[in-house]
Amino acid sequence: MIKRFLYSQKVAPYVFVLPFILVFLIFWVYPLGSSVTMSFQKITLGQETEWIGLDNYTKLLGDKIFLKSVMNSAVYMLCTLLILIPLPMLLAVLINNKFMWGREFFKSSLFFPALTSVVVAGTVFRLMFGEMDGSLINSFLGWFGIEPVKFLKGQVTGFIALLALATWRWLGVNMLYFLSGLKSIPDDYYEAASIDGASAWQKFRMITMPLLKPTTIYVLTISIYAGLAMFIESLMLWNGNNSPKNIGLTIVGYLYRQGIEKSNLGYAAAVGIVLLVLAMTINMIQLAFSGLFKKED
Amino acid sequence: MKKKGIVSLMLLSLLLSLLTACGNSSSTNASGEQSVIDAGAGEGATELSYWTFVELHGKHFEKMLEKWNAENPDRQIKLNVTVMPYDDMHNKLSIALQTGTGAPDIADIELGKFPDFLKGTPQLEPLNDVIDPYRDTIVKSRIDIYSKDGQNYGIPTHVGASVAFYNTEILEEAGVDYTKIETWDDFKKAGEQVYEKTGKYMGTADTSAAWQESMMLAQQGSDFTDADGNPQVNTPEMVKGLQILKDLQDANVISTIAGGQPDTEEAYGEYNSGNYATAFMPLWMMSRFTNYMPDLAGKIAIAPIPVIEKGMPRSVGGGGTGTVVTKTAKDVQLAKDFLAYAKLSEEANVEIWNTLGFDPVNMKVWDMKEVTHNPENEFVKYFKNNPFDVLNEIRDEIKYVKSVPASPTINNVFCTVTLNEIFEDGRDIKEALDDAQAQIEQELQ
Repeated sequence: MIKRFLYSQKVAPYVFVLPFILVFLIFWVYPLGSSVTMSFQKITLGQETEWIGLDNYTKLLGDKIFLKSVMNSAVYMLCTLLILIPLPMLLAVLINNKFMWGREFFKSSLFFPALTSVVVAGTVFRLMFGEMDGSLINSFLGWFGIEPVKFLKGQVTGFIALLALATWRWLGVNMLYFLSGLKSIPDDYYEAASIDGASAWQKFRMITMPLLKPTTIYVLTISIYAGLAMFIESLMLWNGNNSPKNIGLTIVGYLYRQGIEKSNLGYAAAVGIVLLVLAMTINMIQLAFSGLFKKED
Repeated sequence: MKKKGIVSLMLLSLLLSLLTACGNSSSTNASGEQSVIDAGAGEGATELSYWTFVELHGKHFEKMLEKWNAENPDRQIKLNVTVMPYDDMHNKLSIALQTGTGAPDIADIELGKFPDFLKGTPQLEPLNDVIDPYRDTIVKSRIDIYSKDGQNYGIPTHVGASVAFYNTEILEEAGVDYTKIETWDDFKKAGEQVYEKTGKYMGTADTSAAWQESMMLAQQGSDFTDADGNPQVNTPEMVKGLQILKDLQDANVISTIAGGQPDTEEAYGEYNSGNYATAFMPLWMMSRFTNYMPDLAGKIAIAPIPVIEKGMPRSVGGGGTGTVVTKTAKDVQLAKDFLAYAKLSEEANVEIWNTLGFDPVNMKVWDMKEVTHNPENEFVKYFKNNPFDVLNEIRDEIKYVKSVPASPTINNVFCTVTLNEIFEDGRDIKEALDDAQAQIEQELQ
């Protein structure tokens, strides 16, 4: 009986996907469901939870700090897209080039930052971008006669530090995605193009870019999500969740502040739902535009 | 040449792997550094767990535990101490208490976070019965700040009287006598002299802590909140206090500091290299000097804080840690008894000064000359004058800023937004305060 069950071709596939389904249900669907219910509740330490309808959401709309955090996350996401897609693509093409010197070295050294923990990297960047005259960046600026900058106290300068950290950390990862995409492009195309007299730029524009499109869409999708969900980088860079004038506060940072720091779990759940809706909407639009949902011919 | 390249490559990779190794270990550190204190406890000892965000507090408990275990052979304790960073510890404790699992038996909660733990029905044990025997000997207001509806939930560590710490080396260089500084006008004149002669700043304009605002309000008999605990941060008193500070900043007497306030790593460095001459801080700042600013030994003098007009109170209690027993504690009564013994008894208060360098809540200790003026004491050795000479001079002038449910929000808005706007961006004080008031009211809804 057991044997028949195990060897049954109908049952086996379900057994194989069961672990994933279980994980998905327990760690994804259930928390999501309870987040949705919590976002309509007021939850206080040691007290009965109270149903308050849409109050959390209406409060969110008028919450200046929440809007600030949405703004910060959105700007951060856009900036990372502008930096972390073209740059890694370019580097990947360079490294993939047979005439490139020290390919393996550059490949691994560019990837290395991804292996460091964000905690250490964030702390190092905080010290590098410190406001003292003696901090790394400021002493560097000093050689050019530029006055010390209070990097982590200004909106623009703070974001420069944040983006520098993101670029340093994720450049190598995205580059690897593109490298693997490049490997799957047959050399024949380039050869044929060369025979037809195409320039390097034309080859990149007409062969590499279109054939890398699946990779680009993938990188774009995860970058949108990662950009909107960024939290630890900001937490470490400002040594806590409270950056001056909230210049580094992200949506997740605000969720953390409300839910964990202020134990306002209902409100925090509403923040989380808004983040989910936001990320889903942007990604769906993006995927629709890139033609992912179109039936293949 | 080629060999050298390979060697340096290997070194580089070694360095990088070390860096990643550090990364891993520090992420495990986030869950805290644990140590079990036996303190001569026997087999039948009860093991209690204790969370704190200040490593030194554990050392104090270690000393007191030895005495406790010797005196109470039938009720011996092993203390399992976990030290975590400030935010982490409070967040974890809050989650543990809300979910009802994983909380320690005893925990330190900082004053700034305490009201959050008193929301709704506190998941902490009332400590009235163990505080009662000591109630007459300790400063009442220090118990009140950890109380709700007549129930005392936290045992205080210190008074936290605010004082001025002057770097006398800089002042002497500028020809300033700090003992003559009584009012903010005096301070301004002295500061201008210091800036002119040495190019250094007399003090700090804090952006990430509100100690200075507390001092200014206390001098004028005002507070962050009104009698009902509602926020009132745009009062004339607050405007006046901030105007004085802003005026000092405009005159190059005080300046913003890296880290935003004296009690940060960056600022320790600035002080240690002698870039700022004064810190206005609660007395517990002393232990930061001895631990993190060794170069300044013998140069720092303690004095009362300048006032707006002579005769105004010269100090305010600042900060504080309330130690609590959680509802989920294994042996509630044992934890409570030990806690009271370790923090409220006279011996405990003497040790709090000896080990931690705090101004103990049992004011009798303030008069024990052999304790306070013990020449072997590291704090007595470090500072130019004896802290208790100053403390006893101002002991009746130490005011208190109320700690109410609105306090954490007020503090958060001030230390992230308002003070930065005023001292970094030069925003109009009244406007910034009106905005802060609106923001706080909105957040408290």
